[in-house]
Amino acid sequence: MTDTLTPVLSDNWDHDRAWTLESYERAGGYSALRKAVRRQPAEIVELVKDSGLRGRGGAGFPTGMKWGFVPQDTESPEGGKPKYLVVNADESEPGTCKDIPLMLASPHTLVEGTIISSYAIRANHAFIYVRGEVLHVVRRMQRAVEEAYLAGYLGKNILGSGYDLDVVVHVGAGAYICGEETALLDSLEGRRGQPRLRPPFPAVAGLYACPTVINNVESIASVPCIVDNGPDWFGSMGTEKSKGMTLYSLSGHVTRPGQYEAPLGITLRELLDLAGGVREGRMLKFWTPGGSSTPLLTAEHLDIPLDYEGVAEAGSMLGTKALQIFDDSTCVVRAVLRWTEFYKHESCGKCTPCREGTWWLVQVLERLERGQGSEEDLDTLLDLCDNILGRSFCALGDGATSPITSSIQYFRDEYLAHLEQGGCPFDAEAASLFATAGAMA
Amino acid sequence: MSELTQETLNELKEIAGRYPDARSGLLPMLHLVQSVQGYVTPEGIEACAEVLDITAAEVAGVATFYTMYKRRPVGDYHVGVCTNTLCAIMGGDLIFERLKEHLEVGNDETTEDGRLTLEHVECNAACDYAPVMMVNWEFMDNMTPESAVELVDRLRSGQDVRSTRGARICTWREAERVLAGYPDDRADEGPAAGPASLEGLRIARERGWRAPEPEEEAR
Repeated sequence: MTDTLTPVLSDNWDHDRAWTLESYERAGGYSALRKAVRRQPAEIVELVKDSGLRGRGGAGFPTGMKWGFVPQDTESPEGGKPKYLVVNADESEPGTCKDIPLMLASPHTLVEGTIISSYAIRANHAFIYVRGEVLHVVRRMQRAVEEAYLAGYLGKNILGSGYDLDVVVHVGAGAYICGEETALLDSLEGRRGQPRLRPPFPAVAGLYACPTVINNVESIASVPCIVDNGPDWFGSMGTEKSKGMTLYSLSGHVTRPGQYEAPLGITLRELLDLAGGVREGRMLKFWTPGGSSTPLLTAEHLDIPLDYEGVAEAGSMLGTKALQIFDDSTCVVRAVLRWTEFYKHESCGKCTPCREGTWWLVQVLERLERGQGSEEDLDTLLDLCDNILGRSFCALGDGATSPITSSIQYFRDEYLAHLEQGGCPFDAEAASLFATAGAMA
Repeated sequence: MSELTQETLNELKEIAGRYPDARSGLLPMLHLVQSVQGYVTPEGIEACAEVLDITAAEVAGVATFYTMYKRRPVGDYHVGVCTNTLCAIMGGDLIFERLKEHLEVGNDETTEDGRLTLEHVECNAACDYAPVMMVNWEFMDNMTPESAVELVDRLRSGQDVRSTRGARICTWREAERVLAGYPDDRADEGPAAGPASLEGLRIARERGWRAPEPEEEAR
């Protein structure tokens, strides 16, 4: 039986000057890299496959399997091309706030993971695509990469292994869609960030039409501990199909919001207990398991295991494990309207169902939140969602439908209450953190 | 607005040279243009197009896609208020309203003295510190309408302001230069993590919880 919380990725975040190479090495950092370069790249791929590590950026695809798709036969047309590793550090999914603190506190964990992962897929060039709106994270990543070069962990003939790797910290410029892996590739090629049609998949034709692996920050950061401690150790945490530890991010109406690193499969009830519950005198109303693109859940889902299977069974998705908690002071229609405005703003415009659909969703939701419109508008919303879901290149439009369909499923009466009362029945200020502190605007 | 000097043109080429394909440098190049000229100028667009040997229309198409690129001059301090759902509900809406009133500007507008540009921003990945503001893309955590007003007043009067989890606030143009890939050597400022980032770790330490010990043979 493992402990309730199992800090691995966050274990050094409270160390003195944790972001420096010196501090990271003192805590055992870069020992995994030394082990990795003494083994064959294919062995590292197998190791990560055996560990059961699944992508921590939302989709949960097995990381080792993704690496295995990269053609390595140098005689074949694809296998003969250069390979690239791209780290998706464009953390932007509403509610998601785990990669940013990881890079801020321990950028070397990500750098070490990047080097080992690049070695595994035989890439000599890797890019860390950081969203632009986090200046200090960019500073820390730039510094960590610089330190790694000086220490001989990057550049030519790394640790005498004959392996060469260059890493570029690439900074985005503000576009949620660039967190989608193929949009990220277009953006990294200096274009508008618009998703590509698949196939071909990036593993075969990605950056510059070459074989490319794109992994989330937390996935890559999990690689060193797997190499260091072995796949069995990793698998001793978590559940049968969802192995390992992960960062759960609690935010919103919770007493002690923050990062809680635990084995996959912990429940929200357990996490809320640790975080001091929802605000004093309030009840849990609804929550997202993994960002705003994952269907809302309610208090009846407090005991579902927060792993890939458990959350899917409850009709949602584990996503990024961004647990946004809303208590009973919150108007669900207001919350959903705001998310929908976000998707409308962030739709890249490439596919009609998403571009036009999100626009119409906002029109209808605005009307409902004002207490205008009619009950048929709920059917219109569901109909629109039906026409968006699964009809675009990427999942942005799908994500936009999640809060709407799930909120109508669980809170239909609240939508109707807006119509009956001719307006929002909630006091928006009561939901704010400082409502009681006399700090009204 | 200063002219693009030969030095800047050289730096634009240098950025393009960091990549296997020069065009990959376009996003950081546009950040550099903003750091020199205060926004993405027509001159800057032409310069990027020339360095990359693509059309100005292609560069403009990229510049207009991303929200961090501005087509009008930005103040010394770009003040962002997160009004995505969670921050909005936790108080971001109230903060944004108060600041608009206090600064007498609307969204994406700059104060008359040219010091501050106010904008509501989308989720900035700091939800455990809601409501969140950003100044020149540095975190200002756990804000209230009062602390927000105090913050902008300090910025306007030229006093030192520190990010709650980052460095001393530099100017927007200086920040853009770092984003273009020219470090300012200030990575060591500020803490490793804020209190919320350490909450789970604190509890684990308190209760003696840790990950399982690895077996010897694996090591």
